Amino acid sequence: MSEHADQILPYGRVLRYPFWERLNHWIAAFSYIYLLLTGLAFWSPWLFWIAVLMGGGQISRMLHPWAGLIFFYAVARMYGYWSPQMKSTEVDKQWWRSLNHYVQNEDDKMPPAGRYNAGQKLLFWSFFYAAIVLLLTGIVLWFPEWIPWNLRLLRYVSVFLHPVAALFTIANFLIHIYMSVFAERGAFGSVIRGDVSLHFAKRYHPAWYEEIVRRANAPRK
Amino acid sequence: MSQETLRIQKISGHAGSVPGEGTQREYTVCKLIDTTTCIGCKACEVACMEWNDLPFGETVFDNTYQTMPETRWNYWNLILFNEHEREDGSLMWLMRKNQCMHCAEPGCLAACPSDGAIVQYTNGIVDFQQDKCIGCGYCITGCPFNIPKFNKETKRVYKCTLCTDRVSQGLEPACIKSCPTGCLHFGSKDDMKYLAEQRAKQLRDHYNFPKAGVYDPPGVGGTGVIYVLHDASQPELYGGLPKDPRIPLSVKLWKGPLKWLGNIAMVGGLIGLFVHYLRYGPKEREEEAKEPHEGAQP
Repeated sequence: MSEHADQILPYGRVLRYPFWERLNHWIAAFSYIYLLLTGLAFWSPWLFWIAVLMGGGQISRMLHPWAGLIFFYAVARMYGYWSPQMKSTEVDKQWWRSLNHYVQNEDDKMPPAGRYNAGQKLLFWSFFYAAIVLLLTGIVLWFPEWIPWNLRLLRYVSVFLHPVAALFTIANFLIHIYMSVFAERGAFGSVIRGDVSLHFAKRYHPAWYEEIVRRANAPRK
Repeated sequence: MSQETLRIQKISGHAGSVPGEGTQREYTVCKLIDTTTCIGCKACEVACMEWNDLPFGETVFDNTYQTMPETRWNYWNLILFNEHEREDGSLMWLMRKNQCMHCAEPGCLAACPSDGAIVQYTNGIVDFQQDKCIGCGYCITGCPFNIPKFNKETKRVYKCTLCTDRVSQGLEPACIKSCPTGCLHFGSKDDMKYLAEQRAKQLRDHYNFPKAGVYDPPGVGGTGVIYVLHDASQPELYGGLPKDPRIPLSVKLWKGPLKWLGNIAMVGGLIGLFVHYLRYGPKEREEEAKEPHEGAQP
């Protein structure tokens, strides 16, 4: 399935995210949170006080685009790390049909997800495509004075699409935080320390678990 | 409370009410520019630079009498020249003094996210407060007249103030004072509108300009700068004066429906996730997770 060498560790744990993937995740996470806070400040007068907390409107406006570049860099790295594992499969279609069971925490009634379930794959592609839109529109918004008057349509489009794409990522971000911090115990630790328990693997990613076991039991070459 | 605060009726990026809204009886001021009597002498350009102490920049020669292609952060008042050939083959020299139009519904102010960076005084003047400007340039996008200009050094945006410092002391703007032909007038909006209509009627009735009229575009709620044009049906001839200027649709959608939908979605999403946690809780309790592992041999 993947070239990922998911090492089995002592004490019944398995390495899910190696160091560079974890580091990259947190580069994306911290830059995104900065972008979210300053972006919300520019989004609504009722939230402009966030810009004051973040060092003032001018500083926020100055650093927001640079944080955006860092975020995009991390998302591009994620594409390199994870896109081969994010291809849609037949199981994913069944997964979406069983979504109501997933929402009601009836995970035993779910089709066997692989290393990533269909929801995680959607999150990945949502962030990937939104990041591209945010980058392109963001460059226009970074240097509005460079856009000549006869190309002003670029600014009109960007000023609308940038918040649309941002809102789309916020929806994904909220669900991502909820699932990884609150709903699935063990998921948060996996992106800090890198490993999950075999129990976690079996419960949430049965197909992945089968693969790990198969590989662990296979005769060494 | 200072008089200045009482004289503000619109504030950009502002949560809540505005202190000066409806608290003063004040005339809406207006600049009237009669393009039919402008001789393109540029006295207004010089007066603007002088009064506002704007630093000099290089001019751009493009085989016309125009000083530069468009206004700059330090050049707020620019006469646009156009050699126009009429249907009968005769030549007309169209000259329009271009500057901030001081819209009643300003697109710059609607687009600005920074609290108080753009204000509209009760006399109708739209003024940038550079100390509060964050340099995002959204005003550049919001303006249908291509007026706000970005300064790369200060990272703030500048434009004509309608000499708000002079007007607040009962003086006319510097450009008006300098005009030698009397093509520039300053007064209340009602007076200027009346004067402009009279002049347009005169042009229609006595000067063989049957399409003469007044430019006071309703799409932005009318403007604090109005023009008398020989041909009001073709304002584009006058240095690209837009026929029906409006705040760009995307800016309106962004600041209107999108804002509401987005806010409802964000707050609704947070509430929804919280309620989901109350109803279903985590997918697994800590105790369950401790069950002994099976299958794989580490």
